[in-house]
Amino acid sequence: MNPPATAREGVRDILPAMIAAVPIALLFGALAVGKGLSVLEAGLMSIFVFAGGAQFAALELWTYPVPVLALTFSTLLINARHTLMGASLVPKMGAFSLLQRLGAAGVLTDEAWALAERRALERRITPAYWFAVAGILPVVWIGCTFLGAWLGSFLGDPRQLGADFAFTALFIGLIAGLWKGRATAIVVTASAVASALAYVLAGPPWHVAAGAFAGIAAAWAAATPDRAPS
Amino acid sequence: MSVDPVTLVAIIAMAIVTYLTRVAGLFVADRLTLHGRAKAAFDAIPPAVLVAVIAPTALTTGWPETAAAAVTILAATRLPLLATVAVGVLVVVALRAIA
Repeated sequence: MNPPATAREGVRDILPAMIAAVPIALLFGALAVGKGLSVLEAGLMSIFVFAGGAQFAALELWTYPVPVLALTFSTLLINARHTLMGASLVPKMGAFSLLQRLGAAGVLTDEAWALAERRALERRITPAYWFAVAGILPVVWIGCTFLGAWLGSFLGDPRQLGADFAFTALFIGLIAGLWKGRATAIVVTASAVASALAYVLAGPPWHVAAGAFAGIAAAWAAATPDRAPS
Repeated sequence: MSVDPVTLVAIIAMAIVTYLTRVAGLFVADRLTLHGRAKAAFDAIPPAVLVAVIAPTALTTGWPETAAAAVTILAATRLPLLATVAVGVLVVVALRAIA
């Protein structure tokens, strides 16, 4: 298939995710200015970080003075999954130059990865397909962040509108999307208990590390050991 | 339209670790495949971190937040993401009004 036709297929595949990203990015922008970031700072975060879950988590942790280390640690933990996604895609990718590969990494998202994996069942992932399927989301995400931040600067106190609880509700929704039954229930319970205890006993930002560690350790303990590749 | 230097440092640090997680997988020599406990531990990272971030708000702030979180969990099992967020926000506003 010629590159323009392949790119059109990529655009068609990403369209639903693109539409879904609009209100989420608007919400991110509005909540960011509610936390004290300027419109430009909110936009810069979407430009440079471009990772929804980690960005929302950063806002939840955001205080002044800015806890740079806690933000970086939380971002690293939340985005570590990208490494496995990339590793899984490599054998299914066509001829990417070094530069294309470096660029391809920059636009890797959960959505683009999932769509590329589905396509890889039938054919190889070419640069034309990847940059179409993965390259449009950043444009939508960044544009709608600026718009949401600009609109949010007129909203006033976000707490009054219950907007501070939007993170909690959003995260509950995201966790439900990751739900895989009993294994997830064990992780969620361990993390919630450890995080709440650490928050009360040690204060922020220790609750993130404590909850993350407890959840991961619980998953390790609950899983069946398996040495043979399945 | 101002940019605070410390905020910029935080954004850049977040950007660097994020890009590293994205690029690392594309350059590992062998396919990075995990099994058994290692895979379970790795799969647990996203939910473990997400829960850790919100648990203090949901469990230690007050009864309106805890009750609203419970309603939101129920909503999340049957509604799409944005509807779930809307339910959570509306419930917390209502409960805070009577608290």
